[in-house]
Amino acid sequence: MRTGVYYKTKRATINLLIHLFLITVAVTCLFPLLWMVGSSLKTQQTIFSDTSLIPKQMHWQNYYLAWKEGGFGRYFINSIFYTVSVVFGIVIISSLAAYAFSRFKFPGRNLIFYTFMAAMMIPIPGSFVALFVLLNKLHLRNTRVGYILCMIGVGLSTSIFLLKTFFDKTPRELEDAARIDGCSKVGIWWHVALPLAKPVLAVVVVFNALNVWNEYILALIIFDSRHLMPLQVALTTFQGEFITQYPLLMAGLTIAAMPIILVYLLMQKYIIKGVTAGAVVG
Amino acid sequence: MLKSKILILSMVYGLWSMVCLVGCTPRQTNKSQTTITVWHWMTDREPAFLELAKRYEAKTGVKVNFDLYAPSDAYTQKVRAAAQGSNLPDLFGILGEKRDFASFIKAGHIADLTEQMNEGNGRWKNMFFGKALDVNAFAEGNSYGIKPGIYGVPIDIMTIQMVYNQDLFKQLGLNPEQPPQTWEEFLNIGKKIKDAGIHGMVSGWGELWMMDCFANNYAFNIMGKDKVIATIKGKVAYTDPDWIKVLSLFKQMQEAGVLYNGVVIMVNKTAEQLFANEKAVFAFNGSWCVNVYKGMNPDLKYAAMLPPKVSNKYPMVIWGGAGSSFMVNNKSAHKEEVIKFLNWFTEKEQQAYLAEATKNLPANKESLANIPSILAQFADDMEATTHPSTWGVSEFPAVIEAFDKGIQSIIIGEKTPEEVARKVQKIKERELAKKHQ
Amino acid sequence: MRIKSTLENYLFVLPAVTIFLVFYILPFFSVFQLSLYEWDGVLPNKVFVGLANFKEIISQDPDWWRSMLNASWVTLIALTFQNALAFLLACACDREMRLKNFYRVIFFIPPVLSEVVVGLVWQRILDGNYGLLNAWLMKLGFPQLVHSWLSDPRTALNCVALVHSWKGFGWGFLIFLAGLQTIPRELYEAARVDGASAWNMFRRITIPLMIPVTILVVILTILGTMQSFVLIISLVGGELAGHTSVPVLRILASMRGSSRFGYACAQGISFGLILVVISFIQYRFSKRARQV
Repeated sequence: MRTGVYYKTKRATINLLIHLFLITVAVTCLFPLLWMVGSSLKTQQTIFSDTSLIPKQMHWQNYYLAWKEGGFGRYFINSIFYTVSVVFGIVIISSLAAYAFSRFKFPGRNLIFYTFMAAMMIPIPGSFVALFVLLNKLHLRNTRVGYILCMIGVGLSTSIFLLKTFFDKTPRELEDAARIDGCSKVGIWWHVALPLAKPVLAVVVVFNALNVWNEYILALIIFDSRHLMPLQVALTTFQGEFITQYPLLMAGLTIAAMPIILVYLLMQKYIIKGVTAGAVVG
Repeated sequence: MLKSKILILSMVYGLWSMVCLVGCTPRQTNKSQTTITVWHWMTDREPAFLELAKRYEAKTGVKVNFDLYAPSDAYTQKVRAAAQGSNLPDLFGILGEKRDFASFIKAGHIADLTEQMNEGNGRWKNMFFGKALDVNAFAEGNSYGIKPGIYGVPIDIMTIQMVYNQDLFKQLGLNPEQPPQTWEEFLNIGKKIKDAGIHGMVSGWGELWMMDCFANNYAFNIMGKDKVIATIKGKVAYTDPDWIKVLSLFKQMQEAGVLYNGVVIMVNKTAEQLFANEKAVFAFNGSWCVNVYKGMNPDLKYAAMLPPKVSNKYPMVIWGGAGSSFMVNNKSAHKEEVIKFLNWFTEKEQQAYLAEATKNLPANKESLANIPSILAQFADDMEATTHPSTWGVSEFPAVIEAFDKGIQSIIIGEKTPEEVARKVQKIKERELAKKHQ
Repeated sequence: MRIKSTLENYLFVLPAVTIFLVFYILPFFSVFQLSLYEWDGVLPNKVFVGLANFKEIISQDPDWWRSMLNASWVTLIALTFQNALAFLLACACDREMRLKNFYRVIFFIPPVLSEVVVGLVWQRILDGNYGLLNAWLMKLGFPQLVHSWLSDPRTALNCVALVHSWKGFGWGFLIFLAGLQTIPRELYEAARVDGASAWNMFRRITIPLMIPVTILVVILTILGTMQSFVLIISLVGGELAGHTSVPVLRILASMRGSSRFGYACAQGISFGLILVVISFIQYRFSKRARQV
């Protein structure tokens, strides 16, 4: 008969192994971040010859230089504007559509949904030029609106797919209750479905925020005026034709990574909170 | 609680968007002031360009906007998209091969500058090194179907050749003033390199075109220009023993240990960084490297050399000519102003400034005075140069790709030179057949 | 009344459909149209060739199929190694334990990092001459394992797959974790009261309830990995004589290297079609699995 001690030590060993596992993976994830920050504090001469992770002499002024030389102020704000607009747009538009695909019946529902799915699966590398020509015809080239609409288009399919999958497996009791209480369709969507979908919405936010924040080819092609460009374009300033100013580039990349990490930190709370158990289990 | 937070944030955001969207209509251009827009990819020269733009505006009142789009791949896409949407700027460069240049001309995007160049007994034309202009010109009887003339203006020149680390030479017991002159000498150094436990030649051979350049240099040395051109025209096969000899050179280099381990996955930037940090004895790079090495290691002791000859029958030829060039948009609203600016931009004083500020060779013959001595070594070999854009014919891209990838296979020991030659010839015949359909 | 209700339904999907039509369908048709021409992207005249480009892809382009094979291999590794890792990590983090939040943040750092940084760092580690991995192997006493990881054609692709998995597992981790969180705790409580072992709980409760999420992750992994290419450029500089070719790199080569814009469009469309077929087969398969 196995004693409590046996179980306790077994438990402790398993816990230890699990922690070792987690820590090993965590180290491999942390290493590049530290390396990036460490490199940003070195100089152009020492960046490849000095192999230490954290340099002895830390050149914090690289961050100031990167900010100034890259003209980060304006581009930073632009990127934030585009990211917020696109994410906001996608959240509203895709949740409306996903909810409809999941809950309503209307002619053409399946056809339209499958077309969205197909679109998600057919990437068009090189469609940038086609988008550019299109925007030109619509007189939306070199405008913020044009870029935002394009980016919303790019992220719609996957977001709708994620949300519909979630809505499909969410029980309808709460919504039925709301309908009986006389709530309109939009009301149900806003008051019941969306709050329930917080975890998935958080994933959608992070996913699209990351995509828009890191995007730069489309922005480069669509925008002619420098004051409309997002941050990623500013970063290319450091990747010269012949000379890459590595320390400044690393400093720039570190600065650029901060907001996204922030978004993730904020959103991961919602992903973790999840559905409150007990609300719908009958 | 959360809802009201969201509500407030949304209102702030909404107000801000309206301000942005409304307040950001394209600025009304001052009609009385001409503005010239230039698109370029040369990040390293942006400060120098901006300074020159300032000087021009002070002199003539014409504003010149230099817009930078980097890296060069992204720049190419932007220019192509703009060509389709008809919003090319007044002045821009075309990255790519002569065929692409020809296409742009045929599409009506590029102005013919022959007349302006020849004005006043060729005053503008004679400012430049002949080779630099040749890259931007189309000659009589060219295979692209373009009316002969000059369609672009070079703003600097470059050569692509070899450099060697003089300190490492001393370490190997070699004379730092005497680089290897023949192929055998070169390969023999490989053994010394292996014994000393250091590394040989670096170059951006992951990027294919540099490898192509190296192979081409030796093709000229082994069989002479005429035979190379004949091969491109399809009159000589790639299975010819001379070509197999060219391909074998790579095998010999790999076996002699004179190549850096992993040179086939190297991008040029990595190669530059390795040579600058004294991890390689040789490098195959262009004259722009002077500026790069100085930035990473100002104390580096190195010198330029021509690739060591294999044969004495024909001269060793390296690639050189115009580094970067600008073309004038044929549909520009102020063509004359643009051409005037370009003229000023390439004059002796401006070119001297550019050369000094960016440590690149000027295209203007008279501006060579103040360049650093190592750069002068590159300029000295200008006479021994050629450039694919001056041959009047282009090889099929599929053939070039097979050739270059074949060399990579030889270096990593997967294929023999004969196998590669056969494959390349097969693709060449396929392309020729397609063309004649 | 019925009409009003139906109209309301359409209104829900209207914004999505409009944007989709304009910004996806229209460019798609223009790309499809261009794939029927031989064009270099600049010349004023295009040459109509019908389906010749597609025929060429099928019969005369071994490089293309090789790139598909390479991409499939990387995707396979991603599906198994990367997702298994993500799943295990999510399970490990699902419990009540200290440092939970810490791990959740750390594991998401790789997806956030730009591909430039990832490429540079892993080059540092895997480099054949001065890499950290080789240095550690030497120190730990395994000099025979020292290898030119990135420039040896036999290992190059696997290194790419490894780095790719490293960069991507954060997403799987996130989605798996969200899925695990939606399993009501009461189910586990009830099972424990009934005397079920941890393994049984895992098998009977966790796995069945996680199937839809897993399918989601699989589809997203396939789509994401098949399309990746920036990492390859930053790790091995390009196609390494075909050993690390992937479809997007081939398309870019057609567009820029050979200036065959029409052909590149045809390649893009073929690529998309293949992905659609794979994903739909998978979706059907998953529907059946869910009904089990």
